[in-house]
Amino acid sequence: MSAHLKQDQPDDRNVLDSTAQGIIGEPLTRPDGLLKVTGTATYSAEYDIENCLEGVLVTAPFAKGTVTSIDESSVTDMPGVIAVISDQRMTPRAIQGTAGEAPITGVCKVDYWGQPIALVVAETFEEARNAAKHLVIEYDADDDAVFDPQAVEPKPDDDPTRQGDLASAMSDAAHSVDVEYDTEGHASAAMEPHAAIAEWDGDTLTVHASLQMLNYNISELADAMELEESKVRLIARYVGGGFGSKLGISQEIVAGSVAAMELGRPVRVVMSRQQVFQNVMRRSETTQRLRLAVDSEGKLTAFGHEALVSNLPEEDFVEPVLQSSHFLYAGENRLLESKTARIHLMTAGSVRAPGEAVGMPVLEAAMDELANEVGIDPIKLRLNNIPEEHPATGLPFGSHKLAECLKQGAKAFGWDSGPRKPRQNREGEWWIGTGMASAARVHNVGEAKARVTLQPDGTALIETDMTDIGTGTYTILGQIAGEMVGLPQDSVLTELGDTRFPRGPGSGGSWGAASAGSAVFLACEALREEIADKVGQPVDTLTFKDGVVSWDGGSSSLADVAGDEALAKEGHYEPGDIAEDYTAASFGAFFTEVAVNRWTGETRVRRMTGAFGFGRVLNAKTARSQCLGGMVWCIGSALTESLLFDPTDGHLANCDLAEYHVPVNRDVPELEVIMVEERDPVGSPIQAKGVGELGMCGGAGAIGNAIYNACGARLRSFPMTPDKVLAAMPDD
Amino acid sequence: MKPFDYLRAEGLDLASQQTAPDGAMAIAGGTNLLDLMKLQVESPDTLVDVNPLSMDQIADEGDGLRIGAQATNTATANHARVRSDYPVLAKAILAGATQQLRNKATTAGNLCQRTRCYYFTNIDQPCNKREPGSGCGAIDGIARLHAVLGTSSECIATYPGDMAVAMTALDAKVEIANGDGNSRTVPVRDFHRLPSDTPHIDNVLEPGEIITGVTLPAPVGGTQLYRKVRERSSYAFALCSVAAIVDMADGRISRADLAFGGLAHKPWHDPRIGELLVGEEPSLALYDKAADLLLEDAQGYGENDFKIPLARRALTATLCEATGVEA
Repeated sequence: MSAHLKQDQPDDRNVLDSTAQGIIGEPLTRPDGLLKVTGTATYSAEYDIENCLEGVLVTAPFAKGTVTSIDESSVTDMPGVIAVISDQRMTPRAIQGTAGEAPITGVCKVDYWGQPIALVVAETFEEARNAAKHLVIEYDADDDAVFDPQAVEPKPDDDPTRQGDLASAMSDAAHSVDVEYDTEGHASAAMEPHAAIAEWDGDTLTVHASLQMLNYNISELADAMELEESKVRLIARYVGGGFGSKLGISQEIVAGSVAAMELGRPVRVVMSRQQVFQNVMRRSETTQRLRLAVDSEGKLTAFGHEALVSNLPEEDFVEPVLQSSHFLYAGENRLLESKTARIHLMTAGSVRAPGEAVGMPVLEAAMDELANEVGIDPIKLRLNNIPEEHPATGLPFGSHKLAECLKQGAKAFGWDSGPRKPRQNREGEWWIGTGMASAARVHNVGEAKARVTLQPDGTALIETDMTDIGTGTYTILGQIAGEMVGLPQDSVLTELGDTRFPRGPGSGGSWGAASAGSAVFLACEALREEIADKVGQPVDTLTFKDGVVSWDGGSSSLADVAGDEALAKEGHYEPGDIAEDYTAASFGAFFTEVAVNRWTGETRVRRMTGAFGFGRVLNAKTARSQCLGGMVWCIGSALTESLLFDPTDGHLANCDLAEYHVPVNRDVPELEVIMVEERDPVGSPIQAKGVGELGMCGGAGAIGNAIYNACGARLRSFPMTPDKVLAAMPDD
Repeated sequence: MKPFDYLRAEGLDLASQQTAPDGAMAIAGGTNLLDLMKLQVESPDTLVDVNPLSMDQIADEGDGLRIGAQATNTATANHARVRSDYPVLAKAILAGATQQLRNKATTAGNLCQRTRCYYFTNIDQPCNKREPGSGCGAIDGIARLHAVLGTSSECIATYPGDMAVAMTALDAKVEIANGDGNSRTVPVRDFHRLPSDTPHIDNVLEPGEIITGVTLPAPVGGTQLYRKVRERSSYAFALCSVAAIVDMADGRISRADLAFGGLAHKPWHDPRIGELLVGEEPSLALYDKAADLLLEDAQGYGENDFKIPLARRALTATLCEATGVEA
């Protein structure tokens, strides 16, 4: 039996507010947490599989051209070597999220430096790695590869949004800014590398892989291997970080599957750290032009945001820089336009908060410049310009907490709303300053299915192919089910990450909790109906708590209700026409204090407050952790993170965690997270929205604004490394 | 990683014989060598594990201090006498790597660590240091971390360490055994080489020579500072670093031993800077002159041009801090 909902209407019943168990939203600890911190959770490459061979990818030492021959005999006599695989079913590129079909195949044609071109398989990892370094390949490298997005003519992505007359509004305005910013490329830099073990039993291909979206991934792999989906099984019980880099299947999965099917033995392929950096996914660098103007009342009259991004030829993905710019602020004269340059750097794709991660900091830095120009408090400028409805489509917001986030965040941070002038505060050799920014992120949901079973012993089992990539899925799904059917956390077992289970959206775009959570919710609603039937009482008169269902005059344990048979219900949630009637988005605000060294330009974040409204908080601890993670990414993208590509041959130079500088513990001060209570009836039937990415959508701008406030250096380039700060810092 | 033979060094002379042949390398903490072997940047035929030599003592030697070749960075930085008498060394070590790495890294290994140049660590790129004659990818490439002093047309790599920069300021001596019961002493200031036309040779160690320890001179007092400039505040190599031992007497500078990291193929020491400063009253103008001396032959390679003004500012900041000059 299943319960299906295609959400065409807001759901403001707020069912989870009237349930009795009292665990929804509580900061419960992750059931998988102890396993992870003690190293006993089994990640994809760690399964002890008998007779397993080891594969190592060989990659191209050139950016564009053709592999003309691979001399297998150069390694076949080396110790332990079993095979060299260069099958044209192998994929040269990691596939984009939600593709659901075979990636580009054929590894002879090379489009970026470091592209996999072969797999060497040996008895041991060491033998395979050594042989991979000795494989002789011949190739014709083209010398016309372009790596600089500014050096090619870009093409517009979609029809631009044009409303009114931006140019006239700019020239007529009381105050305006017209500025160009750039941001560098980013890597996901997940701790667990991309890794897979493929097994072929002559009938079914089973792959343990580090993936975010199994429901799409199974279609991708089946298509690539020309198998029926029923002959493919993907397992990803634990995923050590994804951040978008594991949305689609990547090269090691297809290569390992080809090898396993060809050789008749299981094959493990783990990308090296360098390979993960060099060939999974990059966030495009961007160049952005902001044109903003206000009237004498501080109301936006012009809003122009243009972006140039890049990708490989033939890739559909465009870093959606302008995504939240479409609706964050009002302004009747608008131009939003994005263009893509085709260049031969590795695939550009999803990296945490695609679009807003780089679009919002730039917009928020330009807003700070505008506030400075006008001479008003930057919070006031934002409050002045929150639109009543989507400025282009006219659709109302399901809920909108930007103003509350700005106010609550400012209060908690202790924001001084007086006149703002840079270079007012120095402690020793450090300039101290503050900055703020708004946060915004579009809300997404995806089709999701989950099965909830009330077991004869009165406990519940949740099954879905949804993944937990460190976000807390195991925890929150258990909380939703426990809340709905009246069970404490330890009476609900959640099983995830296996395509044998009902399929869901996977983790990505911050949509997992609202989507998979709604499927669990729907299954539980059906289960409650069935229990009501069994006890012969109307469902709305029942109280579900601590394994007991009770009503006026009676009660029964869930174990007794279940009897000898397990009661299983499948929930099926589908996004509906509601998107045609409403705009759904999460909002927030960042406040930060930084210290900038007057001698060296080094910048250290001293404190940061984030206030966020993202619908119902399902677990105050895991949601807070998501916000903290996002704020740490803000620090990295503001100050240190940058992919460095060689201008001559296009290879990625800084391809490990020593040289690609994500923030370390010492870079992250006390972070304060305020979760602004909200129910969004449009977001999902559980009134929750996306949170994972919101925490990094704009905060880098707050840090840049604080650098200006501290030392007077207005940088228009992220990351704001010491050399750039020094170059922009006024003389003492 | 290429298969290799593993030998244990059961005595100093044996270790010397074992490491003498081409293709043999000593390994202690392995924090650098193992990474390079995985990348096939280093592919020794034989690894000689020198840990059985147990040269990890830190002990008084006259008025000075002798740090065993295998004392870990953690042990050295936390040693009571290092903290009290040679704080510049403790500060420099603690500014390097991470706690986990410092727990494994040794004195000798740290001295011998290799450059982190992106082109050196990628075997599909040209690098005269890794493969003499193959060219230098960094000169026209990503040279953000690279040297501005003492470079050659063959190599612009930097020596990446911090510990040796402080030892250079302290004028410490490297004690080297050569296998037949003899030993020699080389000042840390002369231990590392400039790249010239043989950038593949990092230092003056000859085949079969084993570092047995580093001796620090009698305590020199003064204000001892280590300033390391970097974009993230830990686990990052220096864009520029300054080790300084500065003392004052009667309002004038009486000692100024300075060394610089992140600027050259070796910890940089220019004796003219100390000579210029000693006997003078501290002032910004004086420090400007010191920076002029330091940087008179500096050459940037585009991406690292910023290091030249940055080194000037880091030097000035460090001297101001040491002498109390308000700027």
